Amino acid sequence: MSEHAIDSRELTRRFGDFTAVNAITFHVEQGEVFGFLGANGAGKTTAMRMLIGLLVPTSGSATVAGFDISSQAEQVRRRIGYMSQRFSLYEDLTVQENITLYGGIYGVSNRDIVTRTGEILTRIGLQDAGKELVREIPLGWKQQLAFCVALLHRPGIVFLDEPTGGVDPITRRRFWELIYEAAAEGTSVLVTTHYLDEAEYCNRISIMVDGAIAAMGTPAEVRSRHGAATLDEVFLRLTRPGAAA
Amino acid sequence: MTYEHAVETEGLVRRFGDDAALDQVSLQVEPGELYGVIGPDGSGKTTLFRILVTLLLPDAGAARVLGRDVVRDFWDLRTRLGYMPGRFSLYPDLSVAENLGFFASLFDTTVAEARDTIAPIWLQLEPFSSRRAGALSGGMKQKLALCCALVHRPEILFLDEPTTGVDAVSRKEFWDLLGRLKDEGLPIVVSTPYMDEASRCDRVSLMQQGKLLVTDRPGEIGRRYPRPLLAVRGGQILGLLGALRRFPHAAAVWPFGDSLHYTDRRSDVSPEAVARELMAYVDSAGLAGVSIQPIAAGIEDAFMWYMVQEPAA
Repeated sequence: MSEHAIDSRELTRRFGDFTAVNAITFHVEQGEVFGFLGANGAGKTTAMRMLIGLLVPTSGSATVAGFDISSQAEQVRRRIGYMSQRFSLYEDLTVQENITLYGGIYGVSNRDIVTRTGEILTRIGLQDAGKELVREIPLGWKQQLAFCVALLHRPGIVFLDEPTGGVDPITRRRFWELIYEAAAEGTSVLVTTHYLDEAEYCNRISIMVDGAIAAMGTPAEVRSRHGAATLDEVFLRLTRPGAAA
Repeated sequence: MTYEHAVETEGLVRRFGDDAALDQVSLQVEPGELYGVIGPDGSGKTTLFRILVTLLLPDAGAARVLGRDVVRDFWDLRTRLGYMPGRFSLYPDLSVAENLGFFASLFDTTVAEARDTIAPIWLQLEPFSSRRAGALSGGMKQKLALCCALVHRPEILFLDEPTTGVDAVSRKEFWDLLGRLKDEGLPIVVSTPYMDEASRCDRVSLMQQGKLLVTDRPGEIGRRYPRPLLAVRGGQILGLLGALRRFPHAAAVWPFGDSLHYTDRRSDVSPEAVARELMAYVDSAGLAGVSIQPIAAGIEDAFMWYMVQEPAA
């Protein structure tokens, strides 16, 4: 059993002739914030779908929270949190109902749901909003709430798929402070983003190009290895050759 | 018709129920200018654009585009402006060439007549001309939408969040294309939630909660930052963040890439003096390996400053 939160070895997924994810090998440590970067279509989403047990790999293997993603997908799903920009909360339910629903699905006891609801709402400053419909609260709060809901069952690892798209710069930073706090408590975080300044907030990053990992390391290592002042520069250089389409 | 400003609005207001999506918005876009409206989701950018392209009526105030009133002269304006809405709105089941031909026919023109106008974009799209629009990558979809917005050779272009959700490489290519269109004298009004795209514009307005916070050249906005701003590096980020926020003169402390940006509350102390004080404070707090430097503010620093200064409506 791997001691890493995620351990991926030569993980590969093909769709017909197309290799969406090409033998990626990497690991994420306990309490680490890992930035999973790449251009649109580079294979990030396919890789993430395999790691959360929604897609079977063509070859290679990975363990998440110590469980094999192919043969133990159910155990994996129970131990992870997931938040995507597109779908995360039910707009027609109240804040409280969303928390209760997710808590129930993940088997959190009623008593724990009550205490954790209080903690969550205080943490993000939504104490008085428990009875409000999610549709009515501002986008920035929705995203922070979605993040806390993804952590409700205290998963060891949380996957965040572009969690900060479109929000104002202050909310974006509050969101990252929630990520740091979760990591400081030992939760591992794998996050994708289009904001390259956010990649600097990660302990380590990988940059995917055409299904493979083209660069990996701490942000400072990646920058210095490519002789670039910013990650933006590294990203453009790595993805430029295949940028025509 | 002659006109002084490509776009001119005075006190535009638009409400949806009790919410003011636009709250007294006044701005001017000069002929040939690349003008950016920068703000997060829900700040009112799309409402502003929909009024300017004659698809939505204001509750109060007035707007003229190319010297024409957006309410009274809407019919005349519609053939003269190009509009690319924020949501992908082409036909996914039609090919690239069919979409373009369709939009040309709507405006009673042909793709051939528009060839010169769309040449730089078409060059990149042509290899995919028979591909279904729905099967294009995000970046190519946006280029096709731009091409369709240009096919009737408009006199002004409105682009609502053309680069949202598009990766960094495609975003850069898209802005390169806008630069070329601008060089040909076409006024362009473009909105974006990405602060780093401000530097591509001649002038920008920062928008939040239906209001323009500030309007200026992108470089000027940073220079007008009214307080000492310092970059603080090193140490464990959460601990450092907490310590800096407890410093009695701290106005704001936020993570910024590989550093923290510290804004001081005082406007009458030099950045260098603030840096020395802060260094002494950090030392006394027992935080090791920290470096502090005065820096120039960027658009994002300014946006965050004005966001907090502006009393919530």
